[in-house]
Amino acid sequence: MSGYSMHLLVCGGTGCRASHSEEIEFKLRNELEKRNLEDTVKVLSTGCFGFCEKGPIVKVMPDNTFYTGVTPGDAEDIIAEHVVLGRTVSRLIYEDPSSKEKVPDSKKMGFSKKQLRIALRNCGFINPENINEYIAREGYMALGNVITDISPEDATRLVKDSGLRGRGGAGFSTGLKWELTAATPSDEKYVVCNADEGDPGAFMDRSILEGDPHNVLEAMAICGYCIGADKGLIYIRAEYPLAIERLKTAIKQAREYGLLGKNIMGSDFSFDIELKYGAGAFVCGEETALIHSMEGLRGEPSLKPPFPSVKGYNGKPTNVNNVETLANVPIIFLKGADWFSSIGTEKSKGTKVFALAGKINNVGLIEVPMGTTLREVIFEIGGGIKDGKKFKAVQTGGPSGGCLTENHLDTPIDFDNLIEAGSMMGSGGMIVMDEDDCMVSVAKFYLDFTVEESCGKCAPCRIGNKRLYELLDHICSGKGKVEVLDRLRLMSEVIKDTSLCGLGQTSPNPVLSTLDNFYDEYHAHVSDKKCPAGQCKDLMEYFIIEENCVGCTACARVCPVNAITGERKKPHEINQDICIKCGACMEKCKFDAIIIQ
Amino acid sequence: MGKIKSLDDLKKISKDYKKGLDLREKSSHPEELVQVKVAMATCGIASGAKEIMEYLDSELEKRAIDAVVTQTGCMGYCYAEPTIEVTLPGQEAVVYGNVTTEKADEIIEKYIKTGEFVDGIIPRNYETI
Repeated sequence: MSGYSMHLLVCGGTGCRASHSEEIEFKLRNELEKRNLEDTVKVLSTGCFGFCEKGPIVKVMPDNTFYTGVTPGDAEDIIAEHVVLGRTVSRLIYEDPSSKEKVPDSKKMGFSKKQLRIALRNCGFINPENINEYIAREGYMALGNVITDISPEDATRLVKDSGLRGRGGAGFSTGLKWELTAATPSDEKYVVCNADEGDPGAFMDRSILEGDPHNVLEAMAICGYCIGADKGLIYIRAEYPLAIERLKTAIKQAREYGLLGKNIMGSDFSFDIELKYGAGAFVCGEETALIHSMEGLRGEPSLKPPFPSVKGYNGKPTNVNNVETLANVPIIFLKGADWFSSIGTEKSKGTKVFALAGKINNVGLIEVPMGTTLREVIFEIGGGIKDGKKFKAVQTGGPSGGCLTENHLDTPIDFDNLIEAGSMMGSGGMIVMDEDDCMVSVAKFYLDFTVEESCGKCAPCRIGNKRLYELLDHICSGKGKVEVLDRLRLMSEVIKDTSLCGLGQTSPNPVLSTLDNFYDEYHAHVSDKKCPAGQCKDLMEYFIIEENCVGCTACARVCPVNAITGERKKPHEINQDICIKCGACMEKCKFDAIIIQ
Repeated sequence: MGKIKSLDDLKKISKDYKKGLDLREKSSHPEELVQVKVAMATCGIASGAKEIMEYLDSELEKRAIDAVVTQTGCMGYCYAEPTIEVTLPGQEAVVYGNVTTEKADEIIEKYIKTGEFVDGIIPRNYETI
């Protein structure tokens, strides 16, 4: 037979791999072999489908059946039922959380409807470890066209005209960045890919590198041609072993084909790529710190100017672009600047990848056109809030971003709108919070992260953030006074104004945005010493309602510190001085007699 | 693996491997294509469904018809195997029974190309939910 009649795509991203997707793949092959079907049905591993909440994923093509939550034990049923008998295995089909309907066709799922995959176009479609599949999807064609037919100046102009802006956070025009690096004369220049993804809960770049590594390699080569560099470096966190492995395979394959190395495709252009591993410091995502780290120096930022485009790696002009930014480049050359700029909003073109996390039904990786509203992302693609709770806030932009509330839900997402709303695009982490989340604790969580990650070079960030954290800690433990709120704001402003690099200049954002949007909650912590969400342990007290208590003694027996006393068949009492607020009594009580105040 | 020495070399590789991705590419818009499902349960295979599937697959490609040929389970017409279900874009699916290579050729030439029914249609005895 000339080909396979069915393809089984098994997700090979980090999330699904951790849930045994490799074993699923192996078992599927095994089951096929048992039935002599290995030549008719092809099993292959792909990059992330984005539906990480319900992983591991197995997608059956051509009928687009999308199996979720597959275990190795399900392999036999998928082969015996779906492949052989043509019946879908209904227990593995996705169920819409609101309508409770089973949706077998991946295209009809709410999750897929509003998405447009440009940077992720090959993720979950091709086998990332096979260069031929990438080439079959017009891979390296953009590079080929550019180096044979287009001058570096024209190619750079095309990127500029497309309106592509840096996806790492700041949103600087990519074409302009290339132009500036190209304009600096030097015997040696570098293209650097920033794969130091550090926001908590963000995995956009990792998924792109795991699912479509050649896309990034090709874009780096194109950039090298445009700015006059023959060397590329990928700065990637050592905590991304699978992405590193796939990049290494991809670089090896590209070299064997002569798509990297000397005289690419018979032209005069030579370009090669090397990997540099980062040790996982958040500040190394800042381009000057990243460059210092690659040079073997401490990962500390330095003052700009000089910008890396003038004086970067080894003192030479260096162009640093984020993974997702680069992933957009080849397709812009294939489809044109006009095509790209027709997508998105007036000032933010194209799409943006987001990592959805938190109290949301469909945790995962999504890509939407710029201008999609937060409501569409959270309630349509994300499937709404878990367990039918109420939406409270969404945190965008990671530790540098801010929390947006219900009032912002209809804001179209783009670089400028988010800044105006008091947050930022950032690299694309989106953490959703429900009514049970305490916003002071959320701000404290992010501050804890920045205190940990501050490199210590400048005082406002090193000392200021630590003090800010202590103030928040006081508020959460009921020691704060009302005046502390003004101090909180003042200190945040000072840190913002005086820090050396982006880390300190943005680290108070979570505090400021929660202060603006949830002032009442802060106020309740300091004036009434109460946490409205019931999260701050020090501000809670467990109480027994006398009328409801029947004196069964269940709570007294389960209490680990013997804080509950009382006679049998008589109402019990909790000694607040001993109580450690573990909540065990409340869980045990069958009569709803214990409440939190 | 040999080196790619020119853009044409690259284009050639791209073309060669496109076929392998065809099935996945087409599944993004199956409703716009001719879909052929071959019943490949034990009864079907015993009656020669595999050969029919190979034949359809290669002939449709040779005759440059954009189609998705895939296998399915037993359709329940075991008395008339091999059976195939043909869905033309925007139309109801039609099932043909006792398909031989000659019959398959006729189905391609008449039904798939012109929409004209040929002998051997099995009335569908079920509704799918």
